[in-house]
Amino acid sequence: MRRLKEFLIEKLILLSGITVIVFVVLIFVFLLKEGVAFFKEVPLSDFLGGKYWYPISEPPRFGILPLILGSLLVTLGATVFAVITSICAAFYIAEVAPPRVRDVLKTGIEILASIPSVVLGFVGMVTLVPWVKSAFHVPTGLTALSGAIMLGFMAMPTIISISEDALAAVPRHFKEGSIALGATRWQTMYRVTIHAAKPGIFAASMLGIGRVIGETMAVMMITGNAAVIPRTFLMPVRTLTATIAAEMGEVVHGSTHYQSLFAIGIILFLMTFVVNVTADYFLHRARD
Amino acid sequence: MKRIMTVCLFFLGLAGAVAAQGELSGTIQIKGSDTMVNLGQAWAEAYSKAHPGVSVAVTGGGSGTGFSALIGGTCDIAETSRTIKEKEVALAQQKGFTPVEFKVAMDGLAVVVHPDNPVDGLTIDQLADIFTGRITNWREVGGKDLPIVLLSREINSGTHIYFKEHVLRKGRSDIFDEFSPMALLMPSSQAIAEETAQNENAIGYYGMGYVSPAQKALAVAKDAESDYVRPDVADVVSGRYPISRPLLMYTPGEPAGAVKAFLDFVLSPEGQRIVEKVDFVPIRPAAE
Repeated sequence: MRRLKEFLIEKLILLSGITVIVFVVLIFVFLLKEGVAFFKEVPLSDFLGGKYWYPISEPPRFGILPLILGSLLVTLGATVFAVITSICAAFYIAEVAPPRVRDVLKTGIEILASIPSVVLGFVGMVTLVPWVKSAFHVPTGLTALSGAIMLGFMAMPTIISISEDALAAVPRHFKEGSIALGATRWQTMYRVTIHAAKPGIFAASMLGIGRVIGETMAVMMITGNAAVIPRTFLMPVRTLTATIAAEMGEVVHGSTHYQSLFAIGIILFLMTFVVNVTADYFLHRARD
Repeated sequence: MKRIMTVCLFFLGLAGAVAAQGELSGTIQIKGSDTMVNLGQAWAEAYSKAHPGVSVAVTGGGSGTGFSALIGGTCDIAETSRTIKEKEVALAQQKGFTPVEFKVAMDGLAVVVHPDNPVDGLTIDQLADIFTGRITNWREVGGKDLPIVLLSREINSGTHIYFKEHVLRKGRSDIFDEFSPMALLMPSSQAIAEETAQNENAIGYYGMGYVSPAQKALAVAKDAESDYVRPDVADVVSGRYPISRPLLMYTPGEPAGAVKAFLDFVLSPEGQRIVEKVDFVPIRPAAE
């Protein structure tokens, strides 16, 4: 009896594991099914390399190069901002902070993670956007930089908590050995601990990036959504996600425009897939 | 006893209502203007709730399609954003009926800037040059030496299309101008209003309902010789304001039965509230 129960539980867990994978595969198949028809009408090179996004004009133009570059630019900015800040924060929490401060900080970070992105976007729109405009003397504050900073905040909780775990997992005798050899605490941190925790920190950053690429609401509200090829961080950009979100609502079902949005979905899916697989690879290396 | 009477009366009333609804049945075919498809559908949905026996089908295709369907007898109501041509009336009379026109809503777009912007009025030509990116500095239209930041609605918005067709292309079919790629595509009229309120460089457009003291609505002139007219309900209704037009419905002859009930509903306060909801101007200003 007991064995049967265990057998059932085991199979149930297996089933839920498989279900998740089946869902991912189904989502991809669905994207392909809707998106592939698009490439029969518009060649891949025009899609990926085209500089103009005028999907409802006559004739329509489906160039997503500005959108890809917009997504990459915002992601890059957010990554630089979030990774640097987060690693410092993780070090402080794991190595320096007294236990009481550590608890307060950890709670605070969890709260940051729980703020809905539309709220962050709104706050960014009324506070960050005017600030960027006056601080950099640009015509509008709706720029890639505003989006990057806001998305950075969104990625931070993920990066901080996973990096902090990685730092805490560094064996104690590494640090003790370093200090015994006469290194200061600071030297120990940036010469020993960080190297031992590197794969974990890298994985944390990749997971953070994954979240940033896929984020929609906040970027749609504060990046300006102009489909131009961005030259600096102080220009408006339009991201892949914002394009899908903004246009899906009113598109004619089955039209080329509709299919093009699914094709963008495929590109986006591939991008996050690569990022997540990379993160996974490093997480495994960190554990082995 | 009295209570029983009330209950009986209630059920009698209910039965009466059911019977009254039962009288209206059949289908209403509505064809025409793409701009009005959403409006027509919103009306149809609300109307079907009140009259479940009637099914209303709304399709687009353009005002011209609407008129030819009306003349061909394949629709009960043509929704159009232009008045009927004499030639079309003649064709209808050959078929034995005279189309009847109903003004059901107005479409009026305000062009807004920051209240501190010294520019008070622009001609349609200047607006076209600004939104296509030929004019990029406020100095060129009599303002300060500041760059112009273009704010537009998303490409699927009817407002975007209307502005493109009637301002950028001046209502002509031989001009193929597009919005400058530098134009920021904002997710909502509200977002345009917010950015205009805080950015002295900005120029945007949206339904006049959104104008508040935080923005300045420009007076618009058809050409350099015409009067500059500010968008207000009276001037939109009279047609003096150049970026406005009536939205019309045509029936083949005097409407009767379900079609008449539909038009009555459209012109009722409830129907006109729906007009406001989908960003058009009601023909009668709603009581506030």
